[in-house]
Amino acid sequence: MNQEKSETPEKNPAVAHSHPGQDSRRDFMMKVSLGLGGLAAAAVAVPVVGALVAPLLEDKPEVWRNVGAPDQFPVGTTKLVKFENADPLKWAGETARTAAWIRHEADGQFVAFSVNCTHLGCPVRWEADAELFMCPCHGGIYYRDGTVAAGPPPKPLPRYDVRIAQGQVQVGTAPIPITKFSDG
Amino acid sequence: MKTFFRKIGAWLEDRTGIMAAITPILNHLVPPGAKWAYVFGSATLFCFILQVVTGIGLALLYQPSSDAAYQSLKFITDQAMFGRVLRGIHFFGASGMIIFVGVHMIRVYIMAAYKYPREMNWITGVFLLFLTIIMGFTGQLLRWDSNGVWSSVVAAQNLGRIPLIGTTLARLLLGGDTIGAQSLSRFFAYHVFLFPALIFGLIGLHLFLVIRNGISEPPKAGRPVDPKTYRKWYEAMLKREGVPFWPDAAWRDAMFGALVIIAIVGLAITFGPPALTQPPDPSLIKTTPAPDWYMLPIFALFALVPPRTESYLIFFGPVLAVGALLALPFLSGTGERSPIRRPWAVFGVVCVVIFVGALLVAGEIAPWSPRFDTKPVTEFVSYHNPQLERGAELFYKKGCQYCHMIRGEGGLKGPDLSLIGRTWTPDQLDVQIVNGKGGMPAYGGSLKQDELRAIVAFLSVQK
Ligand code: FES
Repeated sequence: MNQEKSETPEKNPAVAHSHPGQDSRRDFMMKVSLGLGGLAAAAVAVPVVGALVAPLLEDKPEVWRNVGAPDQFPVGTTKLVKFENADPLKWAGETARTAAWIRHEADGQFVAFSVNCTHLGCPVRWEADAELFMCPCHGGIYYRDGTVAAGPPPKPLPRYDVRIAQGQVQVGTAPIPITKFSDG
Repeated sequence: MKTFFRKIGAWLEDRTGIMAAITPILNHLVPPGAKWAYVFGSATLFCFILQVVTGIGLALLYQPSSDAAYQSLKFITDQAMFGRVLRGIHFFGASGMIIFVGVHMIRVYIMAAYKYPREMNWITGVFLLFLTIIMGFTGQLLRWDSNGVWSSVVAAQNLGRIPLIGTTLARLLLGGDTIGAQSLSRFFAYHVFLFPALIFGLIGLHLFLVIRNGISEPPKAGRPVDPKTYRKWYEAMLKREGVPFWPDAAWRDAMFGALVIIAIVGLAITFGPPALTQPPDPSLIKTTPAPDWYMLPIFALFALVPPRTESYLIFFGPVLAVGALLALPFLSGTGERSPIRRPWAVFGVVCVVIFVGALLVAGEIAPWSPRFDTKPVTEFVSYHNPQLERGAELFYKKGCQYCHMIRGEGGLKGPDLSLIGRTWTPDQLDVQIVNGKGGMPAYGGSLKQDELRAIVAFLSVQK
C-alpha cells in the first residue's frame, strides 16, 4: 500500500510535471468551487431549517376564551371546560381544542388547572366524590388544590389564568406545560 | 424467442454492467457453518422492505393533516379495498422488525460477531436499532386518534426533561406550543422522509460492511480473535471451505424471510390493525393512553423507578445505553468469541432479556394505574348493617377501589384489602386514611367524620 502511494505522483504526469503557475490556478479554482458549493448549500439550508424552527419563532399571545357563565359553575365544584387554543390554523380541526379544569373555590373565585399531568403529560381526571385528580398513566394523584397527593408527578398541576369579564368566565390560553429537568 | 431475450440481456449488460457488479456479491464465499442462526438480519431487512412497500400503499390513502388524518384512517380501515389488511401488515411488520432487530442483535452479541474486524458493522447496527424504535414510535403517533395525540404529548414531555434545550425540542416536535395544525405533518415528515432516508443509508452501509468484512464464522472455543492474524486466517478459511452465498446460504434467508412475511400477512388478515380509539380531540380527556407493546417496557420503567430519579433516567438512560452499546466493540474487540468461554456475556444477555420481558409484562398489567373501570364492591357484597353498606359504597365512590383490590375486584396500586380486618385495628385504619402515606393520598381533608367511620367499619369486617 505505502509503496503504491509514493509511486502515484510519478505515474501522474499532470501532477509531476505541472508548472507552478498552473498549480496555483488549479488551487484557486478549487477553492472557488468549494466556496460556491458552500454558498449553494447554505442557500438551500436556510429555508429548510427555517421550516423546521418556524414554530419556535412565532410568538403566541395569551388569548382569553369564554368558557361559560359563572352560574354554570356551582361553588365548590370542579368542571371540565373546553376551548380553542391560542392560534388555531384552519386545518387544525378538532386538534385546535384544548381543555382545563375549573374550580369555583368561593364566591367569584375561580382556579383553572391544566389537564396535563406534570409527570408525562397524560390527561388527569377529576373524581368528584373522592375530590382528587387522578392520572390514568402511572397513577399520579393530586388534591383538589392541585398539589401532589401520590404517585410520580414532580410538581403540582399548573394553573391557567382565569378571570370574569363580560359576564363570562374566561380562561387564558397557554402552552402545554412542559416539565423541565430541574423541576423533577 | 430465446435468442431475442438473450440479445436484450446482453445489450443491457453491456450498457449497464449490472450483472458484472452483482455477480461477485452473489458468489462471495461465506463460512460453511453460517446456517439458521444467521437468518435474522435478513429477516429484519425483509420486514423493512415490507414496511416500505406497505408504507407507500398507506401513504396513497392517508391524509397527513391534523384535522383529516383520523377520518382517512377510518376510511382505510373500513372502506378502502384491502385497507384493513394493509394497515395490519404495516403494524405487524413493525412488530416483526423490532423483534428481529432484537434477536439479530442478541445473536451477534452471543456469538461475539462484533469483534475485530466487524466493529463498524456493530456500530451501524446500533444506530439502526434506535432508528427502528424511533420509526415504531413515530408510526404509532400517525395513528392520529386520542392515543396518538396523547402519545405525542408524552413524547414532548420526555424531550422536555433534557436539560437546557428540552422545552425547545418539545416545541419543535409538536410544531408549536400546543397540539394543533402543525403537529401531525411534523411526525409525518419524520416518519416518512427523514428517518427512512437515514435508515436506507445506514442499511446500505451495514450491508456493504457485511460483504467487505465477511460473515463471521461460527465461534469455536479456544480460537480467539487476534487482529494480527484474523483477516489472513479468515481469508484462508474461506478459500478452503467457504461456500458461495448464492445459493448455498441465501436459500435459508429467502425461505425464512418468505415465511416471516407470510406469517405477518396471516396475522394481519386474522387480527387486523390495532383499533382506533377516540378522535384526536385534545379536550377528550377520558382516555388511557398506552403505547404499542414494544414501547411498554420503557413506559413501565418510568412508572416503576423512584420519581426523584426519573429526570435523570429519562436523560442519562438513553445516553448511557447508546454509549455502552457503541463502546462495546472497543472494550472487548478481540479475544474469545465462543459463548462457552464468555459466561458473563451470556449471563448479561439473559438478565437483560428477563428484565425487559418482566417490564413488558408489568406494562401489560400496569399495576400502578388506577382502575377506573373496576366494578363497585356493592355489586357483589351487601350488608344489612346500614353503616357497613354505606362504607362499601364509599369505598368505591371515594376512589379507594381504583387502587385497592377487595374480594377480587379493584386496582393493584395499593395493597389488597380483602383480609385487612385481620391485621389492622380500626385505629390504624383511621390514621392511615386520614394521613395517607406510602403512595396514598391523605383523605383527612375530604372525608366527613361519619364517612370515615363507615369506611373503617367496612374495612374492619374484611377478614
Ligand atoms: S403522566 Fe401522570 S402519572 Fe405519569
